[in-house]
Amino acid sequence: MQTRTMSAPTQAAARIQPGQALAIADGVHWVGALDPDLRTFDIVLATANGTTYNSYVVRGERGVAVIDTVKAAFAPEFFRRLESVCRYDEIRAIVLNHLEPDHSGALPELMQRAPEAHVYLSSRAPMMFKALLKATDITPAAFTLVQTGSRLDLGGRTLAFYQTPFLHWPDTQCTYVPELGLLFSGDVFGCHFCDDRLFNDKVGDFRFSFEYYYAHIMRPFRQHVLAALDLLEPLALTLIAPAHGPVLRQNPRHYLARYRQLAAGRLDEQMVGEKTLLIFYLSAYGATRMMAEAIATGAEAETGVRVSLYDLEVGDVSPFIDLIETADGIVIGSPTLNGDAAKPVWELLASLHTIHVRGKLGAAFGSYGWSGEAVAMMEDRLKGLRLHVPFEGLRLKLVPTEEELAQCQELGRKLAHHLVTPPGELCAAAA
Amino acid sequence: MPKAKVTFADIGITLTVPAGTRLIEVSERVGAAITYGCREGECGTCLTQVLAGAEHLADPSVLEDQVLKNMFAPRGHRLACQAQVLDGEVVVKPA
Repeated sequence: MQTRTMSAPTQAAARIQPGQALAIADGVHWVGALDPDLRTFDIVLATANGTTYNSYVVRGERGVAVIDTVKAAFAPEFFRRLESVCRYDEIRAIVLNHLEPDHSGALPELMQRAPEAHVYLSSRAPMMFKALLKATDITPAAFTLVQTGSRLDLGGRTLAFYQTPFLHWPDTQCTYVPELGLLFSGDVFGCHFCDDRLFNDKVGDFRFSFEYYYAHIMRPFRQHVLAALDLLEPLALTLIAPAHGPVLRQNPRHYLARYRQLAAGRLDEQMVGEKTLLIFYLSAYGATRMMAEAIATGAEAETGVRVSLYDLEVGDVSPFIDLIETADGIVIGSPTLNGDAAKPVWELLASLHTIHVRGKLGAAFGSYGWSGEAVAMMEDRLKGLRLHVPFEGLRLKLVPTEEELAQCQELGRKLAHHLVTPPGELCAAAA
Repeated sequence: MPKAKVTFADIGITLTVPAGTRLIEVSERVGAAITYGCREGECGTCLTQVLAGAEHLADPSVLEDQVLKNMFAPRGHRLACQAQVLDGEVVVKPA
């Protein structure tokens, strides 16, 4: 296989110039846009130095393919760069690895400028494609739905498609050029980092941006990340060209390995063969703490379950997110304060959307003085996050009696037993 | 109560469920990688491939059928939030 990159790491960095494409491999150019002033992406993601919207052009003997476009506001910059390396009547294919507006914003205009181009998108994308064009008067002349195994021959350059659903939308895919060992990875292996030197061995240190992007974009889809890595790891890789941030030419395989480390879960290897139940609580006068300890005692009686108890009064909930990501079940306790659970509980529960929690076992408990709404509110949140909450939460008035603590132990025992019972047996029992 | 068997091929788990169970009611509990969006048969996120036993699923509703058409879903695909297991043995995996 012939592979080539454009500059050795020891050479001075070429900088992206206005209106000019930048070559990244033999017959492949970056034609994206720089957005150095952006500080908050998609309302919620912080970026210290902006982002890039990466689009690429691949030239084959039988025509040109454009891989992704840019955010609509940056369309003029994109078209100037595109025009510096090809004519619109040369564009045979437009490939969309992901239809989110930061990559498809210039698509309607590109389809108008290159009406003969054929659109290639994931077989999971047609409803989004239709929605994307519904506000325009464009009816695509032709589009093809591709999946893993689909290929497009440009003449000397092949585009091979790999579906990577839920990294981070249902439609996401990667496009691979086997002749170059080049992977157009979409949002996968991307990050919000803007540097006009473009290549990972020339730009500033972007490791924190890479980690931050994974944590906020990919981490909730951990299961799908692992499936995608199984698909991509066997590929020969010289260059990874993501849809945001630096092009990865120096040690591209490092980024796959890092995704594998991050997706594997930081604590998995310490918990092999055991189920894990985490009990979190806050306690104003010690009653909810007594309940937590009794639930733990009950759960610990079950063989094969490791039980951990944490007081949320320590403040920072972020370390607990790592624990919950690899736990099998979580139990949360809070007193009721003015008809609500305490704020640290909500901080914990509000952080769980960044990890995969669907299907984990959940339960709630708490002591109260007046009316005890917190337990039901916490249960609602757990159910809303799609945890499995098979047992009604325990709410006890003020100081628990021995009999009530026995109820707490029983809840702990049932939760632990549920964790060690094979799912097939649980469903059979319900059937 | 009539029962049926559902196998989630991606994780190799087979369950016995009551007739009428929707795939969504059990897939997350066992850790299958079917991901849901709206859970109401509208968004198509939970597209699922039926590897065997499609005849043991209730016919798709008008809404599900329309969404499958809009998605250009190949034959043998269903929405896991809608598909109900009636009897027999059904094998599914994420699309």
